[in-house]
Amino acid sequence: MTSVLQSQKVIVFQIGEEEYGVSVDQVKSIERIQPITRVPNTPGFVKGVINLRGVVTPIIDLRMRFNIEEKEHDNHTRVIIVSVEDMEVGLIVDAANDVMDIEMDNIEPPPEVVGGIEADYLHGVAKLEKRLLILLNLNKVLSRKELEELKTIEEGS
Amino acid sequence: MEKNQYLDMFIEESREHLQAINDHLLHLETNPGQKEIIGEIFRSAHTLKGMAATMGYEEITNLTHQMENILDGIRNGTYEAGTTLIDIVFEAVDHIERMVEDIASGGTGKADVKDVLSKLFDLENNGVQSEVAAVMEKPRSEESTFDDFELTVLSQSMEQGYVPYTVKVILREDCILKAARVVMIFDVLEQIGEVIKSTPPVEELEEEAFDSQFTLTFLSKESADEVKAHIFKVSEVEAVSVDEVVIDKPEPVLDDGNEEVKETAKELPQEQDTKKQASANKTIRVNIDRLDALMNLFEELVIDKGRLEQISADLNNHELTDTVEHMSRISGDLQNIILTMRMVPVEQVFNRFPRMVRGLAKELNKHVHLEVSGAETELDRTVIDEIGDPLVHLLRNSIDHGVETPSERIKKGKPEQGTIHLKAYHSGNHVFIEVADDGAGIDRDKVLAKAVSKGAVPEKGKENLSDSEVYNLLFSSGLSTRDEISDISGRGVGLDVVKSKIESLGGNVTISSKKDEGTTFSVQLPLTLSIISVMLVEVEKEKYAIPLSSIIETAIIKKSDILRAHNQEVIDFRGRVVPLIDLKKIFNVPKEPGQADEHYSIVVVRKGDKMAALIVDTFIGQQEIVLKALGHYLNQVFAVSGATILGDGQVALIIDCNTIIR
Repeated sequence: MTSVLQSQKVIVFQIGEEEYGVSVDQVKSIERIQPITRVPNTPGFVKGVINLRGVVTPIIDLRMRFNIEEKEHDNHTRVIIVSVEDMEVGLIVDAANDVMDIEMDNIEPPPEVVGGIEADYLHGVAKLEKRLLILLNLNKVLSRKELEELKTIEEGS
Repeated sequence: MEKNQYLDMFIEESREHLQAINDHLLHLETNPGQKEIIGEIFRSAHTLKGMAATMGYEEITNLTHQMENILDGIRNGTYEAGTTLIDIVFEAVDHIERMVEDIASGGTGKADVKDVLSKLFDLENNGVQSEVAAVMEKPRSEESTFDDFELTVLSQSMEQGYVPYTVKVILREDCILKAARVVMIFDVLEQIGEVIKSTPPVEELEEEAFDSQFTLTFLSKESADEVKAHIFKVSEVEAVSVDEVVIDKPEPVLDDGNEEVKETAKELPQEQDTKKQASANKTIRVNIDRLDALMNLFEELVIDKGRLEQISADLNNHELTDTVEHMSRISGDLQNIILTMRMVPVEQVFNRFPRMVRGLAKELNKHVHLEVSGAETELDRTVIDEIGDPLVHLLRNSIDHGVETPSERIKKGKPEQGTIHLKAYHSGNHVFIEVADDGAGIDRDKVLAKAVSKGAVPEKGKENLSDSEVYNLLFSSGLSTRDEISDISGRGVGLDVVKSKIESLGGNVTISSKKDEGTTFSVQLPLTLSIISVMLVEVEKEKYAIPLSSIIETAIIKKSDILRAHNQEVIDFRGRVVPLIDLKKIFNVPKEPGQADEHYSIVVVRKGDKMAALIVDTFIGQQEIVLKALGHYLNQVFAVSGATILGDGQVALIIDCNTIIR
């Protein structure tokens, strides 16, 4: 959570009307959407797997992960390949088109609830003049423990 | 930095040399007289020492150096390579191994080796007494003569201020425990110096195979009278004479002999280096990661090739078609080469077994001979890396449970020494590894009784089980036929773990056994893990791969042939009732609208003896595919064991029949 860095480079992407950021260190590449093979018996937000240059890579729909209504993929849809704790996972986002330096001073702790997302997933919120950037805690987003929990919830329902 | 560059090489080569030493030591034990073997060990040790010294690993250098001294002694016939000596050398090798592994895992390679060092020193100075004695075929004449080595020792110790004495001890005629006296005399002498030789040899002295007198060659800094006084402290000694030894041979001769040894010691490693280089020209070491990277790139090429084929078929341009066809052939050959590059002989795994068997047999007081054949059989590197542990377990099982104690064996009219045959061979698309012992065999009743008591088998109808079914019970968890838990096996890690490990490698293991004739474990493994043959099937619009190794056959059945048994759809397949499993349901495949068919396409798969029939929509065909993991994130998906990339670049999931059939 805490960082000694004065500023942080983040990849900025969009889901719905909101802008999110993930640290550039965790991003391996940004891909266009491509055919996804469904993997049965996985949580709903796991869209399936793709062939990423010979490596089978799982894909998560961030909208569904955050319980936001699904949206048709279009020309702007991107897959951000992130690498967290040895895991390589692709995140489907509405659009990704910016890299930004964020001063640490501008980062504030997450508010209680932002756009329906559990504040748990957030590093904080960065204020940039008129924009508000939600910084994601990818470890939480990808946490396998939660994956298991979600699985049991789904099976239970 | 510069050191790091060589570190990997150092570790790799050290391991190789250690393995060579291990192997040759074992050979030496069975053929103690063979000078070439000692030479080989010496060379490996010498190279190892040199490398360790260059890399600055002092402990390894010291220990290897001391080991070399002993080996040198064996080579010169000073010591005989008996069990005690080899044990100590093995101990030293173990230490070095541990140090090298420490270095490999980022440590400093430092370890406390005082113990084994001092053992080696003792060896060097005293020899293993019984064995020194054994070297001298017959006790020579009363007047001790000395061989070259002894002379060397004598002259060297004289330089250090020791005086060599010939000590003649006569015990009283009525002395009852002569051997005890001898031990006591040796004890007092060791306090003030060193006994380097005795006539008759120590063995005979210990067995009281002497009259009443014996002669010792003894090194000490004490005066002759002092030595005498010490010996007289032991009771029942009749007379003692202590005379200084006069070496009448001229010094130069000694030096010559000594230098010769040194020279050969220097020459031999060089000789070996050149030999090594000659063979090294033909092989290079490649990191497995690089091979994997190459493999990945190659797969992309295969996928592009598929697209090109598609395009050329569409365009129907003659020249393009020719070129693409040629390219396909070449990429086929390329695939073969890349695959064979990953193949390594099982020797790599088998190598460490002789040593392990020796140690275990000793621990259990059994005589076991390990015969290895087919070590050159090749397997994929990924399989090799995984197969070691299961094999260790099977071998342990054979030694501990299989081979009887020497006395039992003799009672049964078998040779005292048990034999375990470790055999590897190719057959079709598989490699078989067998661990066969000539021991007691499996006690059917005992296994059954245990299984019944554990509730694994119902009391009723237990007699109906076939032998192989009973033996297979051994693979279920918690069943050990051993009554008492020994240190070797039965520590909770049972054959069930072996079985699941082997099955996770896509293989299986079977047991056959005959009472009092022995037990054979047969492990069947796929040649490679990275490429498997599958049957591609379609379920609605999704493609799945079913490993051919699990498939019994494919069939088309009429809907009217489906029966129901206890809420489960089943079919009658060649007289067996086989459950019918709808992949659509298992995989929640989204239903596409379409008319219902009167027929089902089924794939009959098996897991061990159990079978199931999977309903699919279409058979696409048989194909060799490259196995891919789903990644850490999706590490456990029900009924899916992995994925593969098809020619069109799409990912297809591989069905895990083992989890579907429970």
